Amino acid sequence: MNALLEVQGLVKRFGGVTAVDDCSFAVEAGSITGLIGPNGSGKTTVFNLVTGYLPADRGQILFDGRPVRRPDPTRLARRGLIRTFQQARVFAQLTVLENLVLASPQTWWQAGKPRVGAAERTRGEELLAEFNLAGHANIVAAELSFGQRKLLEFAATLMSRPSLVLLDEPTAGVNPVLIETIESHIRRLHDEGLTFLVVEHDMPLVMRLCDPVIVLDRGCKIAEGPAAQVQRDPLVLDAYLGS
Amino acid sequence: MHVFIQACILGLLTGGVYALMASGLALGFGVMRVINVAQGALIILGAYLSYTLYSSLGIDPFIGLLVLTPAMFVLGVVLQIVFLRPLREEEREELSILVTWAIALGIEGILSIAYQTTYRSTITSYADRSWTVLGYYISVARTYAFVASIVVLVLLFAILRFTKLGRAVRATVQNPTAARLLGVETRLVSALGFGLSVATASAAGAVYGIVFPFNPGSHYDLISRLLTIIVLGGLGSLGGAVIAALGMGLAESLFSAEFSPTWASFTFFVVLIVMLVLRPQGLFGARVRGAI
Amino acid sequence: MQNLFIFTLMFAALGSAWNIIGGYSGYISLGHAAFFGVGAYAIGITFTHVSIGSGYRPFYVLPLVGIGVALVAVPIGWVAFRTRAATFAIVTITLLFVVQQLAYNLRSITGGSQGISLPPPSFPVATFEEPFFYAMLGVLALSMLASWWIRGSKLGLALLSIRDDEDRARGLGVQTGFAKMVAFALSSGLVAMAGGVWGYYIGFIYPQFAVDPLVTIGMVLMVYLGGKGTLWGPVLGAFILVPAQQYLAYRLGASNLYLVGYAAVFLVVMLLLPRGILPSIAERARRLRTRRLPPDPGRGPQAKEVVAS
Repeated sequence: MNALLEVQGLVKRFGGVTAVDDCSFAVEAGSITGLIGPNGSGKTTVFNLVTGYLPADRGQILFDGRPVRRPDPTRLARRGLIRTFQQARVFAQLTVLENLVLASPQTWWQAGKPRVGAAERTRGEELLAEFNLAGHANIVAAELSFGQRKLLEFAATLMSRPSLVLLDEPTAGVNPVLIETIESHIRRLHDEGLTFLVVEHDMPLVMRLCDPVIVLDRGCKIAEGPAAQVQRDPLVLDAYLGS
Repeated sequence: MHVFIQACILGLLTGGVYALMASGLALGFGVMRVINVAQGALIILGAYLSYTLYSSLGIDPFIGLLVLTPAMFVLGVVLQIVFLRPLREEEREELSILVTWAIALGIEGILSIAYQTTYRSTITSYADRSWTVLGYYISVARTYAFVASIVVLVLLFAILRFTKLGRAVRATVQNPTAARLLGVETRLVSALGFGLSVATASAAGAVYGIVFPFNPGSHYDLISRLLTIIVLGGLGSLGGAVIAALGMGLAESLFSAEFSPTWASFTFFVVLIVMLVLRPQGLFGARVRGAI
Repeated sequence: MQNLFIFTLMFAALGSAWNIIGGYSGYISLGHAAFFGVGAYAIGITFTHVSIGSGYRPFYVLPLVGIGVALVAVPIGWVAFRTRAATFAIVTITLLFVVQQLAYNLRSITGGSQGISLPPPSFPVATFEEPFFYAMLGVLALSMLASWWIRGSKLGLALLSIRDDEDRARGLGVQTGFAKMVAFALSSGLVAMAGGVWGYYIGFIYPQFAVDPLVTIGMVLMVYLGGKGTLWGPVLGAFILVPAQQYLAYRLGASNLYLVGYAAVFLVVMLLLPRGILPSIAERARRLRTRRLPPDPGRGPQAKEVVAS
């Protein structure tokens, strides 16, 4: 069991509300792990804590075996952990290609170089081709459709060749054809060795795609295991259907 | 020790007035996410109007308040509708600073034309007197100013707590989208909330004019202090603004007594830097902005 | 007439420099006049102790002033960038007042409210203004060069991404802190250089004019009018507003009405044309172009909510 990401005893309070309550779980390297739970179970908050957008009140995060002190999005990205957001967030005023190039690792002494270098252009165009966005390279991202933005956002996360990608509701607001496309991309990348942690509400998708599945309710883990097992767990059913 | 306590008394009295001034700013930001850089100018406007009422009609500033406050409330509503409402929501925070700065300049210009730039002061009969309590001088004017500030602040809090408008304002401050979904007329509430914040400026101005000499350019001094105070208290937090104001009043007074009066305004700056380094969101500010 | 030109160039330079941080990254600094004042005082203070020689020495010192102020801007920026948006603007406003206060209080260095006066250089009377003109032109050229180079570079890309969605930029590993700092320092240094030329040109450096909120408002207004974030916008804005400003001052004489006029112009620009002239033209052109193309189905929502809890 090689845990790429490990979360231990995370706690986060907002005023009187405890959004994340002593939450612990691990994401195995090379897996597509699902993270599900009813609304308000704290899934997105956990994402925010793990990726450093919110400071945790208590708890520890380990990435690739090493503890992450004071998680910070930029540092984590450099270590190989990237996330997407629920709304398809792209840099609307930059071109599609620039959106990708931005996401590739830069060093400070390259700051003066032209926006898009030759090597980056090649890699960017390859990625665009994989995602069927070839030919859109020089369009301003604001002109993309919602589905295309989702794909662009996904593609951008891959530019820096991360080891763990956190997908925050990748299929929200997306038509069924695109869901299939996204799913196939996830599988393909998984076969190439990428680990995923996916927050999702689309249950059939989760059941097909994810193994294991972690279930959160009211801020802590209530179940974990293969999709089929979790689906039958009475605690899980209670959380979703119960009072 | 004597000097220390004397400075504390002075500091608290001044802090109370700062609190009234800053509360208007905090309210404006909370309700509309607008930084009203014109608040200083509006306070000075209040000071001038109060001064005029007193020097021309002999109306004591504290009585004159009863007339001024509703008038400035209306002015506030008008300003909001004309200048702030047209701004689109995404740009409002950014543009409001510039727009209200322009309003401040406009007010300064108008006041300069009307009153010239000589320093004025609302010199009432009690302006120079002070009580001596236990060997400490307590300026009469400042005490009245402090009491008036507290009264108006309490009134403000009461309005926010107990009236329908107040509840609507608080709901909008906490969560505009949810408030709208619950049927709160956010546009109306924003206008009225802003009116309230300008109304506090009039009260603060009347009070200010008794204690300090002022001219049209004084608003810069004021606004720089007030802006620092609301950053310290946490943007949008009314309680934070009050506490920060009292704290800064004390700090400024102590610093002035211990070191030098000319550098007194630097206290604000120093405290601001310390706060930014340690806790950039201020005492009661939210770390994450705009979450639903 | 030269006078008008010099001020137009000055504001064009100021605007271009401000644009590097305010326009490209979206961090609206309202305290840049502080750096302007520091540049002016730097020249002033130096040349109360050192002679101006043939009159060209201050110009040679200018780059040093620029670099010096840029370095000083780094720790200032570090503190200021711990905040966002509105708070950042407030912190920079505070910077302005602090520097002004310092100018008044540090009497032994700055001359307090008496200010500093510089000896007039011994330039030939017929072409007296020319060196200043060229110096200011030089600062403008430098500003625009910096602005042009940055927007075509990776640094520029990072800044634009910060303006669009800073949280996401951080999440993708973009070095946002570094980018903001460089832009801020560069911008401040350039503004200080313009201030240095101004100080030398005017010959008298007083706190209320060297560190003047109206200078900040002026440069910001011109950038907004011309087009924030564009290369030529700030220049266009300056070329429109500085002559207009001079005309207003000439006509309205009394400085008080002038303030009201200024405020009115500001409000009109902010409320009616907030995006500025050049971007509005570009937008109009784009819409004419796309009207010929078929409509694009399925354009999704443009929600850009910040990190939801």
